[in-house]
Amino acid sequence: MGDVINIFIKSAFIENMALSYFLGMCSFLAVSKSVKTALGLGVAVVFVQGLTIPMNWLIDYYLLGENGIFGMDLTFLRFIIFISTIAALVQLVEMVVEKFSPSLYNSLGIFLPLITVNCAILGASLFMITKEYNFAESVSFGLGGGVGWALAIVAIAGIREKMAYSIIPAPLRGLGMAFILTGLMGIAFMGLMGIDPAAFK
Amino acid sequence: MAEVQDLIKKEPSAFSFGKSERKLITDPINDNNPVTVQILGVCSALAVTTLLTKAIVMGIAVTLVTAFSNMFTAMLRDYIPKSIRMIVQLVIIAFLVTVVELALKAVNYPIWKELSVFIGLIITNCILMGRLEAFAMSNNPWRSFLDGIGNGLGYSAILIIVAAVRELFGKGSLLGFKIIGPSAEYVLNTNSISWLNWYTPNNLVILSPAAMFLVAIIIWLQRAKNRKLIDIS
Repeated sequence: MGDVINIFIKSAFIENMALSYFLGMCSFLAVSKSVKTALGLGVAVVFVQGLTIPMNWLIDYYLLGENGIFGMDLTFLRFIIFISTIAALVQLVEMVVEKFSPSLYNSLGIFLPLITVNCAILGASLFMITKEYNFAESVSFGLGGGVGWALAIVAIAGIREKMAYSIIPAPLRGLGMAFILTGLMGIAFMGLMGIDPAAFK
Repeated sequence: MAEVQDLIKKEPSAFSFGKSERKLITDPINDNNPVTVQILGVCSALAVTTLLTKAIVMGIAVTLVTAFSNMFTAMLRDYIPKSIRMIVQLVIIAFLVTVVELALKAVNYPIWKELSVFIGLIITNCILMGRLEAFAMSNNPWRSFLDGIGNGLGYSAILIIVAAVRELFGKGSLLGFKIIGPSAEYVLNTNSISWLNWYTPNNLVILSPAAMFLVAIIIWLQRAKNRKLIDIS
């Protein structure tokens, strides 16, 4: 149990997907103009990541691995299978949310399909493989990574909203400043590296 | 009717290489750069730029994948149903990335090991989806192929600039050759005199936030020169 909490804290804060690995930057920079939309995308990412990582773990272990159903090493199919799972799951989540909670669907609407090509999701699936997590650990890794990403995008959106009132050299306005802010936040998050997750056991 | 006939006349052969084709390649390198202007494909641009070799390999891989995925999608564009086109495009991309990854693993194992998940992450590189949606779905295969090459080169250009600065100032070397900073000899024997010793490699430049700042500086310079790109909002 301790390991699971440990991994959650580590993936949410210390090895933050957005601010230490800089994954999912495309939507991160494009959608972080206002806190409200950033929060919408953040929630959607937590949702999808929390579902796809365990799902991909099961597929990798029971279908592609050597002790899976087919009994042979099919890991070269990982990329195609993982991205199809993510695309299918995003589609499924979209349909379920539309059916049961139209208000949530309307607020997430445009962001859900975007998530398929968010590098943070596929990146987390591939990291889950290279770090050799077991099932429980991969659940907590998926959720933690999603929460960390959501936290980062909401924080950046808050700063960018305030940035609208500052005087910035014209060529740096908008995108340029967003890059510098993300870099500074990255340095700030490095301060968390000193935390020993074992202390939370 | 006359306009339609003009359009048909303008495309005599599928493989012509005229002014508009040249523009497809040169445009994304500066005026319409995928990283600094279209904000596509930033993720991997930051992680792989600690060493120049890594950046060059990544640039070649992305250029190949963009060019061929653009071409295949353009060939299939009339047969792909609108509702499932994302999945079809992703499968085409994932297939090409798998080929590139296995080829790299066979040709140069150490580089493959260092790039680890980032070769796989080419699949979700937004340049690919962005160009497929914006260009390949409405153009012929040859023009889409050139557009893919152009965007791949634009991406590689940014990667190589950022990686050259990071490797030179962070490690004092380029492509693994020592350029500035104390040599290995100096570390063993501090009495050895070399005019290169004045520079101490800066560890901050190796950390990933530095790549963010470098891209921001590139954007700044590019927009100061080319004022029509400035963000008005």
